[in-house]
Amino acid sequence: MEATQLIAQASQMSMTEEVLWAGLRIVIVVGFTLSIIPLIIWWERRLLSWMQDRIGPNRVGPFGLLQPIADGIKLFMKEEIVPASVDRLIYMAAPAAALLPALIIGATLPWGPNRLLTPIADVDIGILWVLAVSSFGIYGVMLGGWASNNKYSLLGGLRSSAQLISYELAMGVALYSVVLPTGSLRMTEVVATQHEPLWGVVLWAQNWFIFTPYGLLAGVIFLITMVAETNRAPFDLPEAESELIGGFHTEYSSMKFAVFFMAELGMMMLFSGVFAVMFLGGWSPLPLNWEYLANQSDLAGVSWLSSPLLFIGGSAMAPVWFVAKLAVGVSCYIWLRATLPRLRYDQLMALGWKLLLPMAALNFVVVAIWMLYGWWAFFGSVAVLALLYFYVVAAILKPRAERDKVEIRLVDVPVSTAKTIEVGKES
Amino acid sequence: MNPYLPIVLLLVLAAVICTAMVTLSWLLGPKRITPYKSAPYECGVEPVGSARERFPIKFFLVAMLFILFDIEVVFLWSWMAVFRDWTETGHPAAAYSFWAVMVYMFLWFLGDAYVIRSGALDWEVSATLHPAKLGDLAEGPEVSDEPRPVPPSVAPAAAETAGSAT
Repeated sequence: MEATQLIAQASQMSMTEEVLWAGLRIVIVVGFTLSIIPLIIWWERRLLSWMQDRIGPNRVGPFGLLQPIADGIKLFMKEEIVPASVDRLIYMAAPAAALLPALIIGATLPWGPNRLLTPIADVDIGILWVLAVSSFGIYGVMLGGWASNNKYSLLGGLRSSAQLISYELAMGVALYSVVLPTGSLRMTEVVATQHEPLWGVVLWAQNWFIFTPYGLLAGVIFLITMVAETNRAPFDLPEAESELIGGFHTEYSSMKFAVFFMAELGMMMLFSGVFAVMFLGGWSPLPLNWEYLANQSDLAGVSWLSSPLLFIGGSAMAPVWFVAKLAVGVSCYIWLRATLPRLRYDQLMALGWKLLLPMAALNFVVVAIWMLYGWWAFFGSVAVLALLYFYVVAAILKPRAERDKVEIRLVDVPVSTAKTIEVGKES
Repeated sequence: MNPYLPIVLLLVLAAVICTAMVTLSWLLGPKRITPYKSAPYECGVEPVGSARERFPIKFFLVAMLFILFDIEVVFLWSWMAVFRDWTETGHPAAAYSFWAVMVYMFLWFLGDAYVIRSGALDWEVSATLHPAKLGDLAEGPEVSDEPRPVPPSVAPAAAETAGSAT
C-alpha cells in the first residue's frame, strides 16, 4: 500500500527531485557495499578461524573489528610494484574493471518495498542487467592475467575466463525457470510473484520459488553457478594457490591487490542478494503472508497480534530482513570455503557443461509445459524427460567412458616372486 | 524521468571510485624500483622466456561455444516476458509459441549433445599434435609391448624422429 502511494508521489516529482532521490539511492547502495566489505573481510577471517579451531584476528579494536581498516590503510601506503614487462595501461585498468561490476551489479536489486530508496533503477531488464554485469566481471580477471606478462597470471586468467563463461550460461538458463512463471524480467515483479499464496492455494504462506519443485532445482543450479561466478572455493581455480601462486593477481601489490578481493567480496554479497530476490522471497523474513495472518488474527479475536505481524512484514523492517539474508548468504559462502576441497579443472568444466546446463534447460522446458498444461502434464513430463535424459546421457557418454577406461598393468617385476600384478581389472 | 538515468549516474560514480582506488595507492606509496622488484615473479627463479606463449586451443573452443549458446539463450528472454500473459488470457499464441519454442529447444539439445559427443569439452583428453600422444589417441586403451602404429597424418614427422634416434 505504502509503496504504491510513494510511486504515485514519485510521478508528480520534478526532475531535480527525482535526480536527488536517485542520488540518495545510489549513495545508499554503493555506500553500504563499500562500508560492509571490511566487515565481510573480518567475518570471513573470524568464521574461517572458528571453523578451523583457531581464534583469528582479535587484536585491533573490539573483537578485531578494526583489523580490515588497518590492513586497508597499510595497503594504501605500501609501495606499488609494477613489473617492468607488463602492459602498463591494461595492467592499471584491470583492478578497476574488476571492481566496477561489484559496484554496479546491485543497481536493479530491491532491498525493500520502498521504491524511493531501492532499487536504484526499477527497470524492466533487471535480471538481464545482473547477468550482463556479472559477465563483465571476466574482464578484470582476464585483462589482469594477460597484462601481467607472467605465466601463472596468464594461466589463471585463461582458466577463469573459461570458467566464468561456462557457468554464466548455466546461470542464465537456471533463471529462465524463475522468469517464466513471473512473466517479467523486473526484479520487483519477481518478488511480488513470490508474495502470492503458496502454489496458488495455501493462503497463509508465500510462494517462494525455492518451495516449488522447479524452483528448487533452479535454485540449486543458481547457487552452484553463483559460487563459480564469484571465483570462490570450491571453484577458486583461477587463483589456485597450490599450483598458480596467486593466479591472475600474482603480479599485483598494494591497493591494486586488495581491489581484486574487494570486488570478490562485494560480488559475493550482491549475488547473495540476487539469490534472495530470485528464490527466497526478497525482503520477506519468513514465507508467511503477513497481511493475511494479521486479518485472520483480527477475525479470531486476537487483534493485539495483528499490528506486530504487520510490523514484521511491513516496509520498515524489510531492509533489515534483506540484510539478514545477505549475511546468511555470505556466511554460507565462507562455510563452503571451509568445507569443500577445490575441484579439478576438467571436473569443473564437465559439471558446468554436461550437468548443470542441460539440467537447467530441461527444467525450463518442464516449467513451460506446466504453465500451459497444468500440474499433471508437469509430473508426466518430469518422468518422461528424466528417463530420456538419463538414456541420452548414457548414449552420449558411453563410448567415451569405454575409451577412457584406464587399465594399469605392472609387468616384469624384478623381484624373486615376479608375477603380473593387475590393477583395476576383474578376472 | 528516464528510468535508466540512475544507472548512468551509478556508472559515473562507480567509475570515479574505481579510478580513485587504483590511483590513490600509486600516489601515496613510496617508489623505490630495483631490477629484482620489477622482474616477473616466477617463484624466485630467473624468469624463463616470455609469458606471451601459445595456450591450449580448448579455451578458445569454450569461448566460441559460449558465444553460440549464449545467443541462443538470449533469444528466449523476450518470449518469456510475454508467455505468462498469454497463458493467463488464453491467447492463441500461447500454444503456438510454446511448440515453436519446443522445436527450438529440441535443436538446442541436439547441439548440446553434439558438442558433448564430439569431445569438445573433454579436458582430460589431450588435444596436442605431438606424435606420441596422438598415437595414444588413435590406438585406444589396449596396452601392448609392440611399437605403436603411427597414424598416417603424422607419419613423416614420426619417421624423422625415429631416424634421428637410430
